[in-house]
Amino acid sequence: MDFKGFDRSGRPEAGDTRSVKVMIAGGFGTGKTTMVRSVSDIKPLTTEETLTQASADVDHLIGVADKTQTTVSLDFGKISLNDTLMLYLFGTPGQERFWFLWNGLFKGALGAVVLVDTRRLASSFRAIEEMERQNVPFVIALNVFPDSEEYPVDEIRDALDIPPHTPVVAFDARDRSASRDVLVTLIRHLKDRSAAALESR
Amino acid sequence: MSAPRRPSDPSGLERYYVLTGGRSGPGGSASTLDVATLVVARAVPLPGMQHEHTEILRRCRDPLSVAELGAHLHLPFNILAVLLSDLLQAGRVEARDPIPAHDAGRGPDLALLEEVLSGLQRL
Repeated sequence: MDFKGFDRSGRPEAGDTRSVKVMIAGGFGTGKTTMVRSVSDIKPLTTEETLTQASADVDHLIGVADKTQTTVSLDFGKISLNDTLMLYLFGTPGQERFWFLWNGLFKGALGAVVLVDTRRLASSFRAIEEMERQNVPFVIALNVFPDSEEYPVDEIRDALDIPPHTPVVAFDARDRSASRDVLVTLIRHLKDRSAAALESR
Repeated sequence: MSAPRRPSDPSGLERYYVLTGGRSGPGGSASTLDVATLVVARAVPLPGMQHEHTEILRRCRDPLSVAELGAHLHLPFNILAVLLSDLLQAGRVEARDPIPAHDAGRGPDLALLEEVLSGLQRL
């Protein structure tokens, strides 16, 4: 291999390139991976973590040699926001109990999008509770499946017990610009929170 | 029915044990590594270096996230973190953690959010 070309002049340094991360949460089958796929610049990848836990009822044991070792997969994508800023999107594992085991999974995130399938609202209850418990700012995105009935957003906000300042939007996770708009809604929400926090100081 | 997995299966935990010299988690600065931490090489691979270390240096000539490295090298996060901690301690790579949301009540800084927003709007 030729390392003569290993000259980083003109190349962004690690010191210049920064990353931010946003978590895509929600119950099983709500479209997390679909959203990551539709909005990512790169073909979505999967990274894994080997977690140790008292097993008993673990149902997705992949490549496990010991009953207490569980492999959890995280699908993710990347958006180059500009030359030196990368946005990483991580779809959370479908089984919420792994969120506790993976230390720091949400730490360091700007915020989260919680996906909701309006035909199965309850499947995202746990995700919403977890965002509130871990103090992760979030927006709710209703993934409108073709056979979803039309639900008024206010009714869903009530049913999910979402506070009035938290945005609730409807979108199609397969659509790139719709997914992008959900991320825009999240960042605007974070800006509002920051501005409000600055004012109250 | 598939045959029982041979003990020498290179994708198993034994491989990880060998790769990390039996260490299960990173020490020092690497213990704060995040899946979105960017890693960039600060040195060229040396002859005789552990294969995985060489691969990390080769792939991180431009900044790459820990998650991408894990996906490309087919290594779980905790194993990769051990390997990265070796390279960090030797000064062969640099790592930069993702810019976090600040503690409750005070969000991330507005200039950063503005930058993220304009990047998204250009998509």
